[in-house]
Amino acid sequence: MTMNGKAMHWLDERLGLSAIREVAAHKTVPVHSATRWYYFGGITLFLFGVQVVTGILLMFYYRPTTAEGFESVRFIMTRVEFGWLIRSIHSWSANLMIFVAFVHMFSVVFTHAYRPPRELTWASGIVLLGLLLGFGFSGYLLPWNQISYFATKVGADVAGSTPVIGGTIARILRGGEDVGAATLTRFFALHVMVLPILTAGLIVVHVLLVQKNGMSTPPWISAARVRQMKFFPNFFLREAMVWYGALAVLGALAAIFPWELGEKADPFASAPKGIRPEWYFLAQFYTLKLIPSHVWIIEGELLGILGFGLLAVCWALLPVWGVNRAGEARTRLVSGAGIFLIAYLAIFTYLGYVK
Amino acid sequence: MASNGCSGECAGCKGAGAPGSESRRTMLSWLLGGGAFASMASFLYPVIRFLNPPAVTEAAVNEVDAGKVQDLKPNSGKIVKFGNKPALLVRVSDTEWKAFSAVCTHLNCTVQYRDSTRQIWCACHNGTYDMSGRVVSGPPPNPLEEYAVNLRGDEVVISRRA
Amino acid sequence: MKTLLVVLAPVVLFAQAAKDTCVECHTVMDGAIQRPALLIKDDIHTANGLSCSDCHGGDRTSDDPTVAMSRAKGFVGKPKRTAIPQLCAKCHASPDYMRRFRPQQRVDQFELYKTSVHGKLLASGDENVATCIDCHSVHDIRAVKDAMAPVHPLRLPDTCGRCHGDAQKMAKYGIPTNQLEHYRTSVHWAALKNGDLSAPTCASCHGNHGAKPPQVESVAAVCGSCHVLFAQLYEKSVHQPIFSAASGGGGCIVCHSNHAIHQPSTAMLAGPQAVCSNCHEPGTPGAKTAQQMAQWLDGLDAALKHSEAVLASADKYGMEVSEAQVRLGDGRENLVKARLAMHAFQPEEMHKPIEAGMAVAGETLRAGQAALHDKDVRRIGLAISVFFIAITVVALLLVIRRLEANGSGYIEPSI
Repeated sequence: MTMNGKAMHWLDERLGLSAIREVAAHKTVPVHSATRWYYFGGITLFLFGVQVVTGILLMFYYRPTTAEGFESVRFIMTRVEFGWLIRSIHSWSANLMIFVAFVHMFSVVFTHAYRPPRELTWASGIVLLGLLLGFGFSGYLLPWNQISYFATKVGADVAGSTPVIGGTIARILRGGEDVGAATLTRFFALHVMVLPILTAGLIVVHVLLVQKNGMSTPPWISAARVRQMKFFPNFFLREAMVWYGALAVLGALAAIFPWELGEKADPFASAPKGIRPEWYFLAQFYTLKLIPSHVWIIEGELLGILGFGLLAVCWALLPVWGVNRAGEARTRLVSGAGIFLIAYLAIFTYLGYVK
Repeated sequence: MASNGCSGECAGCKGAGAPGSESRRTMLSWLLGGGAFASMASFLYPVIRFLNPPAVTEAAVNEVDAGKVQDLKPNSGKIVKFGNKPALLVRVSDTEWKAFSAVCTHLNCTVQYRDSTRQIWCACHNGTYDMSGRVVSGPPPNPLEEYAVNLRGDEVVISRRA
Repeated sequence: MKTLLVVLAPVVLFAQAAKDTCVECHTVMDGAIQRPALLIKDDIHTANGLSCSDCHGGDRTSDDPTVAMSRAKGFVGKPKRTAIPQLCAKCHASPDYMRRFRPQQRVDQFELYKTSVHGKLLASGDENVATCIDCHSVHDIRAVKDAMAPVHPLRLPDTCGRCHGDAQKMAKYGIPTNQLEHYRTSVHWAALKNGDLSAPTCASCHGNHGAKPPQVESVAAVCGSCHVLFAQLYEKSVHQPIFSAASGGGGCIVCHSNHAIHQPSTAMLAGPQAVCSNCHEPGTPGAKTAQQMAQWLDGLDAALKHSEAVLASADKYGMEVSEAQVRLGDGRENLVKARLAMHAFQPEEMHKPIEAGMAVAGETLRAGQAALHDKDVRRIGLAISVFFIAITVVALLLVIRRLEANGSGYIEPSI
């Protein structure tokens, strides 16, 4: 037996790896016109891995205080060897990860992979998307520059206008009445401990569900008639290519468009003109701006928040209303809703930018 | 069909490809292994360099070394870099030290210590501050921010007040 | 009964003290007699409990006009213009009286006024000069700090200019009337408009109550009250005795003008608009010195601008150059010091700050160029890394191709 074979046998006797190998050997991926969309879940996972690695590296130098937050990031960008690279990759990968997560979600919508038995995979995915947005929101504040400080202020104010519990939510988020040192500390705790633990756990659930239920075939293709590609090694090799390509893209973005440092946050200065949150919150932000201050007797902002909450719940329940009694997907309804949602997000994000 | 007529489909050779492909397979392995190794190295190199701390281990913004005690005589002052702005360190007497932001609140010129009047003075438009940073005369609208001075052995350390 | 009187007395007295028949009656009249009564509610004197009778005399408590405005009660009616300063001084020159309202207020305004050009002319009977009410207004007199006061720094030039900008009024005194126009083009007015209320207005240099143009020998002292070091250098320089002896005004205004004080530049030293060439013929040592100093200043300015541009370019590429950009500020400070040193009119004085400034310019330029070089290094590193990634991706592609050449790795549908 080869060295490699001996080592595997030793591990297998103790860990029962052969069971995993059996499963792995049997995992297949259907080959059809929409197969390319299967990559996007993996890309999201890969980018999350990049975030964890670069995030841990950044923690070696970052200090989560108002006095040193900005300076430590400046230190990383200017004095630490390749600090600019690690930090820029972390910032770019964060944005790319959220974008790819949306692509992944919409690809599931249009290939109708949410239908039974994959309802829980969908639900866990929606929660994961929310967690990723939480990562984005909490991480954005950490460099403690003007833009991130005021964007967080605006965001916390919006969260605070939730009915009944809004004030408490805002106070817990901010760690006080204003965004300040207390906010920074708890955002840091959320960003490096709470959210990672929750996300990691949910990712395990999500991925296990995918393994358990296999890859879904779109309803317009007969599952029995479709060709299957073995996951190992065929799809895996392709996925490795894609992940490597993503790495090249990240490196290029970091080197050619390094992430900005900005100016240190000054709570006493007036908000920079045209302050707005990061692009993934822009559509909701612009929508809230459009709603008049009072609709009938209800406060406009309140209506907006309730609207978004309702939308999120409905979307999480997609497998309920998007599937008929017979367990078939209501393809036209759901695809229509998907197109509508994409159009809304795209147009309002664009408007949020130019206005 | 390979040049020697072998199709590579027979059971004995199946999966191995056409004869002559052994060298190509080795080359491919080398290409893949080499590429993977080189690219991994190009990822690992920055990471290792990153983990190695730079010579200057701290960004001096809350606290800065302002030289030795014996470097400054009583009733004299000097400008020290604090963060990215100048600070004025004044040795008032043998035992009393004071430090202020050296940015004049009028039009941002750098102020200086005047030992003849024991006051802080701005040369640009004749603004004068007292030894608590308060404006005594001239155009400055606001007082100078005061910093804390502590002695660590014979090192003078300026830091922001809490 | 006694208790009732005791209780009612303060009410009655209070009512009487607050009673102001002057305002009561004049408010319901028409025309010029009504105006003061309407204006007086904005007056600072009213806010302190005073009224018409405190200046005009008379009895403010009487409803009977013949009593309220009787000579017996001290009524003076509309005072003669030549008597106005004395009228105001009745209170404003009395420390004991002013102490009741504002103990720290000055009480020497009348004394100062008597020394001023306005005061002297008024004393000789000229009623066309400014008295207290021409600058401070009358009946709606506001505090100097009040932005609506005619003597507030932002409005003072207009107030002075009302007469001093009027050619007809100034004709018989032979004073030019272009001061306000010139002042509006000055850096001081620009600073005021930008919110720096410490910048000089007419009164800052001429005095307010003791208004008189600064004498020739005191011009430098007046400018020097803010621009200390410039004045000190000038006083010790060769120009001081020469300018002082010149006719028409000396000191700083010879080069910088008195009212149209513009942002100085090297164009004042050399070139077609040069001030120096007004006296120094081309080729003379003076002209050469001016030329040299202009060259140095322009050189340092250009060097700093060049460094700034390189740093900005590096910044645009995303390189972190904020420290060098801050250091550039030190270079700018040296340029300011060099411009100051110019006022000694000796090249050696200017040389030190110029050299220091050029050193900073060099240092920051090198920092900018290093940053640009770093940017190139990063891109090369990227290219190398992408190259290896590309090789790996191609290798993977070939492995896949080879693997699937005979269709292995696929499971055909059973149907």
